[in-house]
Amino acid sequence: MNPMNPQLVMFEEELKQIQKIVDRLLQDSRSRSILLIDKNGQLVAASGSAHELDTTSLSSLVAGNVAATGGIAQLLQEDEFTGQFHEGKGMSINMSLVGRRIILVVLFDKGTTPGLVRLRVKRAQDELVPIFEALAVKASQPNSSPALQEITDQDIDDLFND
Amino acid sequence: MSFINYSSREINCKLVYYGPGLCGKTTNLQYIYNKTRPEAKGKMISLATETERTLFFDFLPLSLGEIRGFKTRFHLYTVPGQVFYDASRKLILKGVDGVCFVADSQEERYDANIESLENLRLNLQEQGYDLDKLPYVVQYNKRDLPNAMSVAELSKMLNPTQVPEFDGVATTGIGVFDTLKMLAKLVLAELRKGT
Repeated sequence: MNPMNPQLVMFEEELKQIQKIVDRLLQDSRSRSILLIDKNGQLVAASGSAHELDTTSLSSLVAGNVAATGGIAQLLQEDEFTGQFHEGKGMSINMSLVGRRIILVVLFDKGTTPGLVRLRVKRAQDELVPIFEALAVKASQPNSSPALQEITDQDIDDLFND
Repeated sequence: MSFINYSSREINCKLVYYGPGLCGKTTNLQYIYNKTRPEAKGKMISLATETERTLFFDFLPLSLGEIRGFKTRFHLYTVPGQVFYDASRKLILKGVDGVCFVADSQEERYDANIESLENLRLNLQEQGYDLDKLPYVVQYNKRDLPNAMSVAELSKMLNPTQVPEFDGVATTGIGVFDTLKMLAKLVLAELRKGT
């Protein structure tokens, strides 16, 4: 386990809490889609018309973008740029950090305003941070992943047998 | 670091292909993409220059099947190999679960291989990783070229800890899937150990 990059684990209970928050954010911000993405590029949760998107590619690119701007921030001796906003002709995107590990992405069109999105994002961030902190503690407990402990060498070999 | 989703029963891991410029990292991913059936892969993304040199990263998501009811997903990344892209390489290594070092077997690329390997070790250290403790494999690519050094020589200098190593000709696919499968196995075994 690398303390600088601990494993991310998601459980049913926490996912339900997170889903409720992102669903409400979608409504309150009047946006089209919400994505919660791990900084390593994995999609954690989504709401809205996310199913119409290539969320795998989007997650990877968003994470790369945030990593690159994080690198720029460090060069400028800033801790991080906690928020980014890119305006398109039809669709715009707001990216902000939740705690140390998660990126909150809001995709929205002219049906709302960047200001409203930022306002609602702030509230969602405050609600999400303690959930992810609790998850980090849960993941660090011994036996937090009992199902994985049952995996045998044969299971792993079988995965790759053609 | 991996993402384990108990709710959707998914294991997600990150593999990074590292090595000097033009050694065959992107070619490895392109071959894997071309030979993988559509339902097991996502779109391959390449952030590259106009001359097709990797600028930031290549990305290829793969689904390798189920293990104990968990869908296993691997995200494959390559780093830009050219020396001056070091800042980008550091970023792509974040959260890595397993590394494949792709060496260029050509004699004139010997120093570049050494430099890249040292760079890998250093960049991992900065992120809190120890290469000797990470799932790690080595591929000696371009075995088909007439100026390729012997594997014995390459192995002595580039693989002192004797991690699994493979001969490769990435343009034709030789060694590409063997390398990937071994690395994925090592990552899953490590994941099980870590729990």
